[in-house]
Amino acid sequence: MKWLTLTTFLPLVGVPVLLAWRGMRDDLARAFALLVSVITFIVSLGMLGRFDGALSGFQMIEQATWVRSLHLRYLVGVDGVSLFMVLLTTFLMPIAILASWKIEKNVRLYMAAFLFLETGMIGTFLALDLLLFFLFFEAILFPMYLIIGAWGGERRVYAAVKFFLFTMLGSAFLLVAILVLYSKSGTLPGGPTFDVRELAHLSLSTTAARWLFLAFFVAFAVKVPLFPLHTWLPDAHTEAPTAGSVILAAVLLKIGAYGLIRFNLTLFPEASRHFAGFVQVLAVIGIVYGAVVALIQTDVKRLVAYSSVSHLGFVVLGVFAFTQQGMTGGVLQMVNHGLSTGALFLLVGMVYERTHTRDLSEMGGLGRTMPWFSGIFLFVTLSSLGLPGLNNFVGEFLVILGTFARNRALGAIAASGVVLAAIYLLWAYQRMAHGPVREAHARHADLSVREFALITPVLAMILVIGLYPRLLLDRIDPSATRVARQVQAGQPPAGQAAVSSVPAPFGEGP
Amino acid sequence: MIAQTLSHPRLVFAPIGPELVLVSAGVIALLGGAVLRRIDHRALLSISLAGVVGAAIVAVALWNWGGASTVLGGMVAADRFAVVARLILLGVAAMGLVYGFHYFRRSGEERAELYPLLLFATAGMTLITAAADLIVVFLALEILSLSLYVLTGFSRRLASAEASMKYFLLGAFSSAFFLYGIAMVYGATGSTRLSSIAHALAGQTGSQGLALAAVALLAVGFGFKVAAVPFHMWTPDVYQGAPTAVTAFMSAGTKVAAFAAFVRVFAVAFQPLTWDWTPIVWTIAGVTVVVGSVLAIAQSDVKRMLAYSSIAHAGFVLVGLSAANQEGIGAALFYLLAYATMILGAFGVVMLVSIRGEHRTSLASYAGLYRRSPFLAGLMTLFLLSMAGIPPTAGFIAKVNVFRAAIDAGHWPVALVGVLASVAAAFFYIRVMVLMYMQEPPDELEPDRSLAMRLAIAVPALLTLVLGLFPGLVLGFLDKASVLRW
Repeated sequence: MKWLTLTTFLPLVGVPVLLAWRGMRDDLARAFALLVSVITFIVSLGMLGRFDGALSGFQMIEQATWVRSLHLRYLVGVDGVSLFMVLLTTFLMPIAILASWKIEKNVRLYMAAFLFLETGMIGTFLALDLLLFFLFFEAILFPMYLIIGAWGGERRVYAAVKFFLFTMLGSAFLLVAILVLYSKSGTLPGGPTFDVRELAHLSLSTTAARWLFLAFFVAFAVKVPLFPLHTWLPDAHTEAPTAGSVILAAVLLKIGAYGLIRFNLTLFPEASRHFAGFVQVLAVIGIVYGAVVALIQTDVKRLVAYSSVSHLGFVVLGVFAFTQQGMTGGVLQMVNHGLSTGALFLLVGMVYERTHTRDLSEMGGLGRTMPWFSGIFLFVTLSSLGLPGLNNFVGEFLVILGTFARNRALGAIAASGVVLAAIYLLWAYQRMAHGPVREAHARHADLSVREFALITPVLAMILVIGLYPRLLLDRIDPSATRVARQVQAGQPPAGQAAVSSVPAPFGEGP
Repeated sequence: MIAQTLSHPRLVFAPIGPELVLVSAGVIALLGGAVLRRIDHRALLSISLAGVVGAAIVAVALWNWGGASTVLGGMVAADRFAVVARLILLGVAAMGLVYGFHYFRRSGEERAELYPLLLFATAGMTLITAAADLIVVFLALEILSLSLYVLTGFSRRLASAEASMKYFLLGAFSSAFFLYGIAMVYGATGSTRLSSIAHALAGQTGSQGLALAAVALLAVGFGFKVAAVPFHMWTPDVYQGAPTAVTAFMSAGTKVAAFAAFVRVFAVAFQPLTWDWTPIVWTIAGVTVVVGSVLAIAQSDVKRMLAYSSIAHAGFVLVGLSAANQEGIGAALFYLLAYATMILGAFGVVMLVSIRGEHRTSLASYAGLYRRSPFLAGLMTLFLLSMAGIPPTAGFIAKVNVFRAAIDAGHWPVALVGVLASVAAAFFYIRVMVLMYMQEPPDELEPDRSLAMRLAIAVPALLTLVLGLFPGLVLGFLDKASVLRW
């Protein structure tokens, strides 16, 4: 059974149905999209079942020649790093669709965009061919743009265009770098290729590798987002509809971090070590800056958005420590952030549907009128700020541990991000749930059955990972360790590189 | 009596078979329109389409041409490059005929001359792809240009006449450059035949000033025709003023034809001077993509915007050609195919949104198009995404291909400029999408609901997707076609 291909393209099957069936009732469109995404999730569990946690390399590889003359291959495979990214995607997608039940405008198009998006995201995580990866990476752009721009808040068009252009700009450098790598890959025994596994053996001059690293880095740093390329994020997250924010935060941001691990570290180990200090400093700035800015937000959605900047800083920090703990923690933290921040956006969306405001100063007393909601919000808040026993604690702890081994100062500053997170998150909770009940918000219903149904699985996962992280760690660890070793060892397995002192970026001229 | 033997070149007409079929169909349509005054235009359309299909069949039959590489005294080349370029052009012509039929019926300006003019223009375009002598290049260029001048002014609107005049004046100007270039080539090499020019230039050791001047002049001539910066000034005015159906036909057709000739002249005749002309080409390429993309941002009329976008696309083709090798030619051919598909489709949508004539071509009339016609909005989105180079569309593969060719040839800076320009370009493509999806329609005017036209536009849409998903279907042929015979 071709589990990977099946998981990737199953959602896509729903797209033409939704687009072409004009008379489809809105309810039916919602139910259909939900059904497709649930089936996709079940199929992706089959992938989990087949996954061998003891292996550190890629497994379940499926390949086919796609475009012979371009050397473009359909080549997908999964390892411990991508496995949980895919599962996170398929797990959150039904929840996102369930959270969109109140969308009334162009329901079919909305659902089609989400399903298309799902295929793009899964494909991005599974592709082992650089050009195939780029193809999925770019294909995500339009549906997400549409989701923000057509169903978002007041400044949606501005946010959507900003999102689109930032990402396009990053991917412009990525495309050129991919093609340069390809043109240099002619020296490999197998001839020119986009295959990531082969390209890791390519011997590049130090200068070329560093320039290429930077080109890849810009593309992924925009996605992560790393300070100072993060400015699109608060706008996009704030303006997107709830489900859009969930997917954006939980999955799309991970593509940046994933790309750094999969491509920057494995293809350019020397350059990765060379720039590690620089990247880690950016990450730590992001941690502190995101937290401080989150502290002063009054718009709760914006607050969660800035907390993402801070949390993703941890991921990058851990990954660029090149230690086993750091790397494993970083990957785990990618999953954790997806769950916790995803849940926060879901909850904020639920509040907004009732109060029609995101302004914290206009809320208050919700703990009395909506006790279930407030309880769950507190639970997620505690998870997000890293309470021991819940998911984020494990990841952040590993990251800080891994960073400490390499650079104590950075580890110490990063730890302050955890403290700040406690402040801004608990303060937000306080302003929302405590205090006097506002007249305008006195009669809101507590969570509905649908809302319980969509938030409960996330809460369960938060708890499970917090109590028994080995469930994930055992599978992540071998692959993460392999990547960390590969970078530390300094070179790709075979035949390394002439050192060139010539400043010309890409070596030989025409 | 003494028997006199007269020596003359053996005349082989097969390699210009497609042109003969096109011209015959054109003449029949012309006579039909003139003699039978009340002839149903559907009959003329059928005759013309039959001519195009016939020409396509003849062209396909030439794929496995086993005869001489050039015929008719070295005037016409018989190679696969010409076959592929012709097939693209014939596809463009078929779409142009259908568009023209519909457009002028809606605008009430039906005239029978449309069909012969389109067919003659097409004949000129297809001939130029096979021209192996500069004289034939010039001849074909004039055939296509003269027909297009008339077609541009085919509407009774003032703008149409003005566009026609502008196009004619600037076109004549560029023809003069071109002709002067030919004269210089002749002066430098003693021949106008491409193969002889190449031989002569390869044998020369001294100063090549005259030949380089010729290269520059011919480049200017071609630059006008493909609308490369700084010879692009006519494009927005002409594309905007011409009837939309004609704009669609000429934006796709002229570019393909002129680039085909450009490839043949530069890759064959000036092959010995490759080192001299590649810097020119990639400089023009870089400037063209940037200027085209940036100026398009400022447009408020969709036809003008597409005109600037077509300028940028010419730049991308040049990026591929700057590689000056077989890979680059193959990439340029694919790009031209993708470009023709998406520009035809986009102008087709423009035509339907305008309903009749040129009433609604401002960008504002695209507001809320998704509400009024999800089908047209969907198609337009597809074409715009393809132009922006976003997968899974033909435009994506096309861009990857040309950048790859340029980078393989070591011209990564021009590729980087191209990629960055396409980010700027994405801005105005998504602006149209913003209007279509994210704004409310200003009025209740419905776009043209003609089913036939919708089906017609569905063809390039389908092709855009198929070429994006399975480019392997044609890339193999294009690779084989990128070897020029001379």
